[in-house]
Amino acid sequence: MTPADDWFLAEHDPLIAGLAALAIDGPLGLLERIAASWVRVPGPVCDLYVASTDRGVVYVRTSDAVHDDAAEFAALFHHRFTRPLLAGAHPPAELPPALHADRPTGIRFDLDELSAFEREVLLAVLTIPRGQVRPYAWVADQIGAPAAIGAIDTVLLQNPVPVLIPCHRVIHADGTVGDHVFGPPVKRALLDAEGTNLGEVYELAQQDVHYLASETTGVVCFPTCPNARGSRHGFRSVAEAEVAGYHPCPACRPTSTEAG
Amino acid sequence: VLDSGARLQPIRPPWGSTRVTSANLPPTRQPDEHLVRALVHDLDTGFVELFQAYRHVVFSTALRISGRWADAEDLTAESFLRAYRALSGYRRTRILALRPRSWLLTITLNLWRNHERDAARQPRCEPWEQGLDHAPDPPDPRADVERTVARRETDRELAALLTALPAEQRAAVVLRHVVDLPIAEIAEILGRPEGTVKSDISRGLRLARALLEPPPAANSDPLTSKPTEVRV
Repeated sequence: MTPADDWFLAEHDPLIAGLAALAIDGPLGLLERIAASWVRVPGPVCDLYVASTDRGVVYVRTSDAVHDDAAEFAALFHHRFTRPLLAGAHPPAELPPALHADRPTGIRFDLDELSAFEREVLLAVLTIPRGQVRPYAWVADQIGAPAAIGAIDTVLLQNPVPVLIPCHRVIHADGTVGDHVFGPPVKRALLDAEGTNLGEVYELAQQDVHYLASETTGVVCFPTCPNARGSRHGFRSVAEAEVAGYHPCPACRPTSTEAG
Repeated sequence: VLDSGARLQPIRPPWGSTRVTSANLPPTRQPDEHLVRALVHDLDTGFVELFQAYRHVVFSTALRISGRWADAEDLTAESFLRAYRALSGYRRTRILALRPRSWLLTITLNLWRNHERDAARQPRCEPWEQGLDHAPDPPDPRADVERTVARRETDRELAALLTALPAEQRAAVVLRHVVDLPIAEIAEILGRPEGTVKSDISRGLRLARALLEPPPAANSDPLTSKPTEVRV
């Protein structure tokens, strides 16, 4: 094509002019599909740095964990996610209520980079209400993998969205809190802030009592479940409680396959 | 004086020595130096500048080669995400040597080819109807309503026409005449010799013309039968 042809085409050719007019501006909102944004919000024990994508919350650190330094938060984020992280103007609307609600209702998580197993574990943990705790074996049972307690411990230690997905509510069967993304002291502080009666759980576990059955409600529960109220009887296993005539509580869902 | 000059522009596109310049695309040669420096300085904020500078070129290319709005959004987002991933692994010198536009479009074209290859293995539905009808057209404050309506019709017709071209010709025509790239850059992006690119463009245009103005002979389908008369 010679320059003269080009000139001719542009001046007289509706096809060439029409093609040039097909250029179009990309939607600005596309940036949200590519980049995550971070905000700092007040949390239960200290402030939280929260990163979200257009699909939901993707990464959470406490301000202590990043020495209250946005650059350190970004470095940790980038170590784990290969996408841009920008300062967000305001937190996602559902975030502040989720931090105080019994269960984080309405909040969305972006767990796309996790394996199916990791997602299952975290979604099971998400159902544990505020003020309550469950043993690791319960999580294993919920996802139908009773032998996977060790793997679950590993998944919870790598929980990308701690506090919001409450991995701190999963403790050892002997009543000790166990490890946490931010260390056992933070785990204990988070549980204290939620009014969890850890002392009672520990004392019962020392007496080999892992479940409480209630004469009032007729169900057998984990000790922190509100349905374990009134006149209570301790049991070592759900099976023993069932023999004594109690049904597993539909709210806290203890099952007889748990290791206890 | 300035105002009348601005109004003249869409009627007489300000082209360079020989090349036609799309009136609605800002010039993109200069900011590259600034962009790669920004990327080296801070990848995340530099990346936002990169996105702002080239989202129209990438999205226009993606929309006109794929023919579907949703596909174009996916292609654009995925292109920039891949670009970011690559950049986060590049050393400073490599980033500084980048020519962002052709690099980004190479990623887009590769993604599109892979997408087409995967789609070819599954049954396809009709190529353009759903997405494009809902696609907002670029706002043009200068045009009056009648002209806008007429132009939208033309745009839709032309956009549909592009999707009827064979893949390589379509890509070459879009890069040359929609996003206004020089032949050498298109050759680099498509990984084909300049001569091949030129012939793809002229064959693509010839086919497009035949489709636009079908010969008067009854029931002749320019896609399957050879047009008897063609203008170049």
